Amino acid sequence: MPNERSATDIGRPPFASYQLDAAYDEMFTPLGQVREHYRTLYDRLREMGASELLQRQRYADASFLNQGITFTVYGEDAGTERIFPYDLLPRIITAAEWAIVERGLAQRITALNHFLHDIYHDGKIFRDGVVPRELIYTCQHYRREMRNVNVPRNAYITVVGTDLVRLPDGSFAVLEDNLRVPSGVSYMLTNRSVMKRAFPRLFANYGVRPIDDYGKALLTTLRALAPEHRSDPTIVLLTPGVYNSAYFEHTFLARIMGIELVEGRDLLVHDNIVYMRTTAGLRRVDVIYRRLDDDFIDPLAFRPDSILGVPGLLNAYRSGNVAMANAVGTGIADDKAVYAYVPAIIRYYLGEEPALQNIETYLCDKADDRAYVLEHLDDLVVKAVGESGGYGMLIGPHSTREQRDTFRDLIIANPRNYIAQPTLSLSRAPCFVDEQVEPRHIDLRPYILNGDQVTIVPGGLTRVALRRGSLVVNSSQGGGSKDTWVLFE
Amino acid sequence: MLSRVADSLYWMSRYLERAEHTARLIAVGLNLMLDQTPQSVGPRWERLLAALRAYPPPSGSGDAYAIARMLTFDTANDGSIVSCIASARENARQVREQISSEMWEQLNRLYLKVKGSSIDQIWQGEPLEFYQEVKEGAHLFQGVTDATMTHGEGWQFIQVGRYLERAGATASLIDQHFRPFLEAPSDAPVALDYIDWVGLLRCCTAFEAYCKVYTADIQPECVAEFLLLNGDGPRSVRFAADHIQRAMQAISHATGTRSAGRAERLAGRLRAAMDYGQVDEIIAENMHAYLESIQRQCGAIHGAIYQAYVSYPVDTALTS
Repeated sequence: MPNERSATDIGRPPFASYQLDAAYDEMFTPLGQVREHYRTLYDRLREMGASELLQRQRYADASFLNQGITFTVYGEDAGTERIFPYDLLPRIITAAEWAIVERGLAQRITALNHFLHDIYHDGKIFRDGVVPRELIYTCQHYRREMRNVNVPRNAYITVVGTDLVRLPDGSFAVLEDNLRVPSGVSYMLTNRSVMKRAFPRLFANYGVRPIDDYGKALLTTLRALAPEHRSDPTIVLLTPGVYNSAYFEHTFLARIMGIELVEGRDLLVHDNIVYMRTTAGLRRVDVIYRRLDDDFIDPLAFRPDSILGVPGLLNAYRSGNVAMANAVGTGIADDKAVYAYVPAIIRYYLGEEPALQNIETYLCDKADDRAYVLEHLDDLVVKAVGESGGYGMLIGPHSTREQRDTFRDLIIANPRNYIAQPTLSLSRAPCFVDEQVEPRHIDLRPYILNGDQVTIVPGGLTRVALRRGSLVVNSSQGGGSKDTWVLFE
Repeated sequence: MLSRVADSLYWMSRYLERAEHTARLIAVGLNLMLDQTPQSVGPRWERLLAALRAYPPPSGSGDAYAIARMLTFDTANDGSIVSCIASARENARQVREQISSEMWEQLNRLYLKVKGSSIDQIWQGEPLEFYQEVKEGAHLFQGVTDATMTHGEGWQFIQVGRYLERAGATASLIDQHFRPFLEAPSDAPVALDYIDWVGLLRCCTAFEAYCKVYTADIQPECVAEFLLLNGDGPRSVRFAADHIQRAMQAISHATGTRSAGRAERLAGRLRAAMDYGQVDEIIAENMHAYLESIQRQCGAIHGAIYQAYVSYPVDTALTS
């Protein structure tokens, strides 16, 4: 609907320095008019002005600090804790947009789950020539120990955090899947609770779908994995311990689910049954929500130097005496080279077209792709296939000659380990920075649960690249987050 | 409750009690220096070091600065105040979600205070003020714990840690004070100064309470009776034994059917010995052996608790 008051809604405080560019802007149309679903927020921001916004931002920051909502930064002094920067302004998604996202995510997790079952059992998808066998067997996260192991409910993936970006045409695309131990859901929940306190009236009138039942949904999903004869299953959350960067989240989730937070040293395996050591004796454990990578869970099966895991856990798991979420070996689907095949995987198992598109991906292992990548290093984003968290990547347009030469050598030495994608123009959303509202690049990580059924909490973690012009949203690289509102209609 | 959590709560409490005890002994020691004679200063610090099971510094037991540095700020010394508070905090950090935020904040504040101080800084200023702050910090933590934490199983482990530490430390302190007095041949009695007995009572924050019971007429037998057998003085061995036994009962109640017989029996025996003890008999028989036996019993209770609740062998737990 055209705005009658003026041709454009930007340029007035607190939007004085707001500028549009080629990226999709969440709040404004390319002509500078407020999108309909942002209208109420826009009006409210115009009313409040910078000083009141600043006051509320301070209130929100204090709220995080007092609750001890922090993460640990690696590579600094052991135990350096920081607050995850929080941006005050919500990111708003319409019901229609969300319907597509929801359908696409459910489709994706279902297909990937079939895929994991298949590659650890019959390998039909190899025989039919859809995914090359070598690609999977050379995956860093492929676990041959899982061949022909039946996992409870055939649910390999229980919790997924999928990173979505919005392209300049306004459509959502999948940037990567996180099928091992995706984190950040505690920030999604705490962002919401802080938001409700900072903007109570605005929130109440907006018609935002609630996300507060995540803890219960997660518990129900985990409970569905318990061995069937166990009527009152014991569910625990296995954490690497207080020095892990996501320790706050582990304590948070254990608390909202009302389950025990355990470390590897609290558990032991006897006759392929897992117990936890309590003051009232040993108590049998039925489901482990582990926030520990495969490599560390069992020193007898994987890294022998791991003191975070439980000796014998893998055998107990293979015997079906304990369930684990996520299953061992799901990391294959995180491999960025496997990612390129996901649309084909969806078509193969479900016979449907993917509802969410993939980002075009060049596999350096393929000669043609590699030649193209090496010629266009300054345009592309190059990623190591097994890395996450924004580590091990080259952003071509922002790189130096030296960095490009390093990556050229790396790619030639080990082409299987690298993929490249076009540099994306992530969508931008209004953020409150330096007492102004300015656009910043964002992505979206919704959380998908898969036990008896697929459950997607309406929302997710919107991560923000708070540095002007930056495209990196990871918390370890100067990113922040904001609350994500999915509207009822 | 997870065994690891019980273990951390127990040690958090024990370490903090130890830090507070050490701070109080140093404060009393520094205070006594104001009235020192060249003959008295060495033995006083020696008794204090022996009570804390610490060795004198290389510069000898007359060097108060070196002793205070070692017992307060030496991170290489596991028993120093800074080490104890750091260990208490580390244990609290491991179970941060099990204790109240107020407890964590108070312990963290105390840690930052001690961590941010140095021997030279306090020595140039008012050292007694610093030790006062440490004691108050520990007392505040205890108060905050009682006021903000559920008095459930975890809280009981905190109680056991505190009172086991206290019973052992008080017994050791009494022992070191009475030894020269009791071991002297009867024809050449060693007379400790009046001020030393006051010092001993002060080390147990018991001087004023003692005067109320026995008047300011300080008799060694009465001091021993008061610090060992008085059931109302919060730093007496009997008071500690009483609380250990109560906490052990509560824990065994909370953990249900598990047999923790040995730990409960040992705690009950210590308490009975204190309830029905007679100070004249204790002194007449062998006070040193008696006090050593109390410390041994504390060690045995600690061992029995671990056996029952924390590091029990897997096969016994499976069959029970």
